[in-house]
Amino acid sequence: MPEVRLENISKKYGKIIAVDNVSLQIRDKEYFCLLGPSGCGKTTLLRLIAGLVEPDKGEIYIENRLVNSVPPEDRGIGYVFQDYALFPHMNVWENVTYGPRVKALGSEESEKLGREMLEMVRLFERLDAFPSELSGGMMQRVALARALAAGARLLLLDEPLGALDAKIRNELRYELRKFVNDLELTGIHVTHDQAEAMAISDRIAVMRKGKILQVGTPKELYMSPQHVFVAHFIGESNFLEGYVSKITEEESIIELRGGFFVRVSDRTNKEGDKVVIAIRPEVLRVEKGKKRRDNPVFGNVEEFRFEGTNVRCQIRLENGDSVVIVRPALTTDWFNVRSKVTVSFPPEKSFVFPYPKRGLKAELALE
Amino acid sequence: MGKSSIMKFFDSASSKSSARYALYLSSITFFFAVILIPPILGIVLKWNTMAETLGNPSLISRATAAIYASFAVAIFVSIVDVVAGLPAAWLITRGGLRWLRGLDTLVDIPFIIPTATLGYSLLLFWNSPEGISSLFEGSLVSPGWLLVILLHFAFSYPVVVRVMVGAILDYKREYEEAARTLGAPPFTADRTVTLPILKPSLIASFTLAFARSISETGATLMVAGAFENGPILINNLRTAQEVGYEGALVFVSFILIVISSLIFVIIRLLGPRLKMPVKKVWPVAERKLSDLRVSRLRNGFSLIVFFLLVLIPSLFVAVPAVYAVMNGTLNKALAGVGSWHGYWQSLILSYSVGAIATVINTIVGLPMAVLIARRRVGKTFSSLLDVLVNIPLIVPSIALGVSLSIFWENFAAMPEIGLLVLVHLSITYPYLVRSMAAAIERLNVRFEEAGRTSGGRPLTVFRTITLPLTKYSLFAGAIMVFTRSVSETGATLAVTKLETAPVLLVKWVNILRDIVESPIPITSSDVGLGCGILIVFSFIILMVSRTFTQRKGRY
Repeated sequence: MPEVRLENISKKYGKIIAVDNVSLQIRDKEYFCLLGPSGCGKTTLLRLIAGLVEPDKGEIYIENRLVNSVPPEDRGIGYVFQDYALFPHMNVWENVTYGPRVKALGSEESEKLGREMLEMVRLFERLDAFPSELSGGMMQRVALARALAAGARLLLLDEPLGALDAKIRNELRYELRKFVNDLELTGIHVTHDQAEAMAISDRIAVMRKGKILQVGTPKELYMSPQHVFVAHFIGESNFLEGYVSKITEEESIIELRGGFFVRVSDRTNKEGDKVVIAIRPEVLRVEKGKKRRDNPVFGNVEEFRFEGTNVRCQIRLENGDSVVIVRPALTTDWFNVRSKVTVSFPPEKSFVFPYPKRGLKAELALE
Repeated sequence: MGKSSIMKFFDSASSKSSARYALYLSSITFFFAVILIPPILGIVLKWNTMAETLGNPSLISRATAAIYASFAVAIFVSIVDVVAGLPAAWLITRGGLRWLRGLDTLVDIPFIIPTATLGYSLLLFWNSPEGISSLFEGSLVSPGWLLVILLHFAFSYPVVVRVMVGAILDYKREYEEAARTLGAPPFTADRTVTLPILKPSLIASFTLAFARSISETGATLMVAGAFENGPILINNLRTAQEVGYEGALVFVSFILIVISSLIFVIIRLLGPRLKMPVKKVWPVAERKLSDLRVSRLRNGFSLIVFFLLVLIPSLFVAVPAVYAVMNGTLNKALAGVGSWHGYWQSLILSYSVGAIATVINTIVGLPMAVLIARRRVGKTFSSLLDVLVNIPLIVPSIALGVSLSIFWENFAAMPEIGLLVLVHLSITYPYLVRSMAAAIERLNVRFEEAGRTSGGRPLTVFRTITLPLTKYSLFAGAIMVFTRSVSETGATLAVTKLETAPVLLVKWVNILRDIVESPIPITSSDVGLGCGILIVFSFIILMVSRTFTQRKGRY
């Protein structure tokens, strides 16, 4: 069964390092997402696994077999391209049965596989259609059927939903996940959409600038990010800069700009260290007027927006920092712009990271 | 009125649809009145002389054999071109080695050498004792059909490589990658996916090679020997002025024009429907053909074909040109002594006619290109124009020349130089229109829409958006018009006694080979240097065009 293992993989294009010494293990029957901003190297990593590009360094194993010098046609993979790459001169049926035909599976078996896959994606009635006659969603399903009909046990998906409308994208992502589960395949899915990755993955690798920053389940990445970029890229976070003023037995006390002191549960930094506190918008509490609370910081409401399910409140703190608070629209207080408020958060619901060497803005930049 | 106020006047006039349509109408009128109708009318005017020819069985059988030879050579050479040119284009684009870029430039050299020079060069290489024949006893390939085929291959091969290199570079490689991930070895992926997608370019390159071969005259004259194809027959008949030659001339020109046009229309109509065999797969054999050793063998073969059959024979003329520098011919040439006086005059004539044809065709061709690319006069009529502008490309140039000279004979006031320019306009017209129409078609119409919605008048938008974004194609088209005009031989021979450089070189070669008598002797150093000078000029033009056409952001 297909388990994929990458050991110290690097790939350069000229002077640009696309993949930088990456090691990774993807388990059998796992639905795994490579997530990161554009240009982070995730597609290159997928193409390395597929054999479409060769690594400069490192080893790639599929089912415990070293495949570095194995051409793509012999790796037993299925690949769904971002814009599908359906052969424009072949109809749906010829596209879907292409894999079985070139693998010489015999016409009966080719037909059986093609029929099964087209029925599975509910496009059997369109088998005479040419790609130009299909909608985006249909093309995506044909591309999937084609990749699966080739008998792949390892399915590689490069932004497979990227070219679709939001509504169809949301529907198809669960469908995609279901196919991979039902057929007991291993799936590696590349995306820059964290909501998509969170919704369908067993595990996610967050990438930036050719490196993997953290691998974990969606819950682990959200609840305990190990890197300030991960806290920023997965979900949403407010960042407050400060210095560790004191470390007690249970917590650290951080001095923020403007002389505010807040308590956090994290004790991994030393006194005097410059740090960044990340707090999720739904964790922050906001109340009218100045209140005595856990970790109180005072400020003014700068913007208050109704977004349907939630309201979003942007607050300028007295020390000049700005934070965003997201609350359920029906169960929270609504505020007027410019009203004075107290913002607070429980010490255990914050993440503390050492202040990045090249500055916070540069560390959080997507490009 | 100052320059800017004139421009303002034209800009604001372009907002009126009547002004725009007047421009389109004049461009269509020019096309029909100057480019398309005269050659057809020329034949119609002499239609009655054909009756005499049709009653002369020996002339008819000679003419039929020549026409057959023309098409046989053109079809055979075009097929070989595609078979040999495709792997070379593949090697250039996919070889992944730096020196292959140099090969890419070398491929263009035979394309821009005036064909008459190319003919002489091939003759030297294959036939003279200084050429490859020195390795064997006597001449390896004598003038005749085989040398004609070698010549036509040498000058049409670069066309195929050029078109296919462009097509492979534009091709979305994902299709091929998708085939590989589905289990197809490289050979199967290329055969079943890449080549069918590249089919339109394969057909286009075949058509262009075919057109080049069917219409070439000057170089073929040098290597034909006793062999006669359509253009050679027309030339022989004109030179000999045999009884009934005019009828035969009209007959051969008519048949060549009709069959070439028919073949072109058939390719155009049936090309898109032509299915390549993609369903059947031979996994074992194709896997073997995908082997690295096989592809190395193919690359080696491509290189040998290119160097041995195309590049070295094309540049072989440089050898006597080197002698010419050493034995004093160069000094004679620079002093304009003897036959060299005529040479410089012919060179000036060639380049002047080339420049005039380029300027006029640019002015009259641009509105036609816009009209075709943007379907300005209705879809059907625009598509029809798109087909019609190609006709001068596929008609044998000497047939076109004969026909045009017959037509313009009726206008006594037409000076010879005027006739020469008109012929060159006809022959070179398609190059600019094709190049610009394709570029404008590729240009996203939204750029122009953005210009218009920002307040730009149609001419302003064309000047400031369309033209800057397509200027490289305009330049490429203009260069093609110029080089084609400078190397034109067949039609020039047919319409005028004025001697352009290629015409003069053909005459020199004929004097050298004792085919034509002349009071002034010609040496092989003279011919070599004459050709060498043309090559040097052509090479400069190639380098300039490369500098301009390879910049970023071209369309």
